[in-house]
Amino acid sequence: MKTRDATRFAFDALRGYRTRTLLMLLAMSIGVASVLVLTSLGEAARRYVTEEFSSLGTNLIIVLPGKSETTGGSPNLLGGTTRDLTLNDALAVSRSALINHMAPLVIGSAPVSVKNLQRDVMVVGTTSSLLDVRQWHLGAGHFLPEADIDRARFVAVLGSVLKQELFGTQNALGEWVRIGDRRFRVIGIMAAQGRSFDIDVENVAFVPVAAAQMLFNTQSLFRILLDTRSREGIPRAIEHIRRTLRERHQGEEDVTIITQDAVLATFDKIFRALTLTVAGIAAISLAVAGILIMNVMLVAVSQRTTEIGLLKALGAPRRQIIRLIMTEAALLSSMGAGLGLLVGQIGNGLLGYFYPALPLGAPWWAFVAAIGVALGTGLLFSLLPARRAAQLDPVQALARR
Amino acid sequence: MIRLTDIQRDFQVGDQQVHALRDINLQVAAGEYISIMGPSGSGKSTLLNMIGLLDQPTAGHYQLDRQDVTTLSDEQQARTRREKIGFVFQFFHLVPRLTAAQNIALPLMLSGMNEKERNKRVAQALAQMGITDRAAHRPDQLSGGQRQRVAIARATVIGPAVLLADEPTGNLDSASGIEVVRILEQLNANGLTLLVVTHDEALGKRAKRRIHMIDGAIERDTLPTAMATDA
Repeated sequence: MKTRDATRFAFDALRGYRTRTLLMLLAMSIGVASVLVLTSLGEAARRYVTEEFSSLGTNLIIVLPGKSETTGGSPNLLGGTTRDLTLNDALAVSRSALINHMAPLVIGSAPVSVKNLQRDVMVVGTTSSLLDVRQWHLGAGHFLPEADIDRARFVAVLGSVLKQELFGTQNALGEWVRIGDRRFRVIGIMAAQGRSFDIDVENVAFVPVAAAQMLFNTQSLFRILLDTRSREGIPRAIEHIRRTLRERHQGEEDVTIITQDAVLATFDKIFRALTLTVAGIAAISLAVAGILIMNVMLVAVSQRTTEIGLLKALGAPRRQIIRLIMTEAALLSSMGAGLGLLVGQIGNGLLGYFYPALPLGAPWWAFVAAIGVALGTGLLFSLLPARRAAQLDPVQALARR
Repeated sequence: MIRLTDIQRDFQVGDQQVHALRDINLQVAAGEYISIMGPSGSGKSTLLNMIGLLDQPTAGHYQLDRQDVTTLSDEQQARTRREKIGFVFQFFHLVPRLTAAQNIALPLMLSGMNEKERNKRVAQALAQMGITDRAAHRPDQLSGGQRQRVAIARATVIGPAVLLADEPTGNLDSASGIEVVRILEQLNANGLTLLVVTHDEALGKRAKRRIHMIDGAIERDTLPTAMATDA
């Protein structure tokens, strides 16, 4: 029997039982579509996080107080800090040709008020280098002055939303605000640029690091941000930082150094695992579709007992009967997969329309996997019905009307 | 051409052994016209199925064209069935979703013949049965007589040596029944070996050789004198 004839015969059989065919196509396409939509969601989440991290700046090194063995993820928020990081540590570390910029961070929450208006916001103590390290942009005025790092000058740079809330449309530059129990002069306003990974830039007040230490009555730093002149310099810079701090901390290594790459790699791993998990769940729905195909094909075989008996009487060997049933299943699965691709792409399109921030789009392997699993389950689960058809006794099959 | 030697066919029904065929010895020469008659359950259909290779004997030997076909593999048996044997059934057994022409083309398609050659043969068969104008009709658009003619065309399109008909008129009114019988006899006149199972006495008597079966055994075989043992 020619492949073309077998295909046409199977196709005619599918057309002959419309309801059954449509139901199976529906099941198959839902399976394939869910694989595509779910993996594309997982991928979107991964890319979203990756892009967020990229906005940190590519040569960034973050130094945290306390030793943690992890290479990324959650910095140890739950204590374990043995020795504080100080401004002198930060200065010592930054004295190297490898380091381009250094910005210490002291972070706390404090009420910021103008006359009767008061907001509780995040106050970040840092230096002028922060803008370079984080690649943020100033909207108006100046950023923090490049002065001695340990000199507390009472000037502040406000986030755009905070400025709006405190001053409205009025000019804020040169005005005084009260942060905690001290008065600061506003010297700059940040450009509106939304949330950047960990700091809501629009809703924050930047002050010189020494002023923040005074405000929060602390000597320790929350973390030190550094960037290197080149990407290649990162490993040597890390080595330099580690050595310097070990010397300064009586030979004890009690800091955690995180690089952009390590954080990215970790998140990448986490989200890839997540995507695979979700894809696995979707694949189960495909397998369910496969079992459905098996059931319906079994029903189809018993519905068509006479026809199969007849084919045998006309001289079709078992192998050929199996081939015909399998061809039917393959046609169903591939049509279902095709339909599923369409539905999946429409689903992704709709999601993208309603959530434009998500970089949607199923990865190539999801297409391959969806189609592969659809065909695989379709064929696998048709083996049993096909074998049953081939084993049919033609005498009994033809005895019935 | 057909030689059955000591054929037995037993069925297990519950814990009872049923002998559907016992000690069947039969020789059929090429071109014979044989009717097989007997009450229901006498084993005449089982015998026909055995000859058609749809059923396997429990014991005994079956030679078709001097070849022992009981020992053939499934693949070889299917091939023999396809090339040498044609079936006509009481209930026609046409595939309902296929047109008359497509039904007739089925055995040719199974044998892997290309479409051009196939169409030629199908057109010939349709013309021979006088149903060329029904080629594109599906079985439910055909009368009983026309359906059986499509079935006969399908059974003979590949040019078999034997035509096995199981109650070919059993589901037809007498007029179309006679029509169908005439077609079968015409085919026989052209050299096709014809075996008809029937319990219609009138139809049975038309055959030159009549076999009567009772309880799975051949009770009477009226062998015409002219036909010698040419198996």
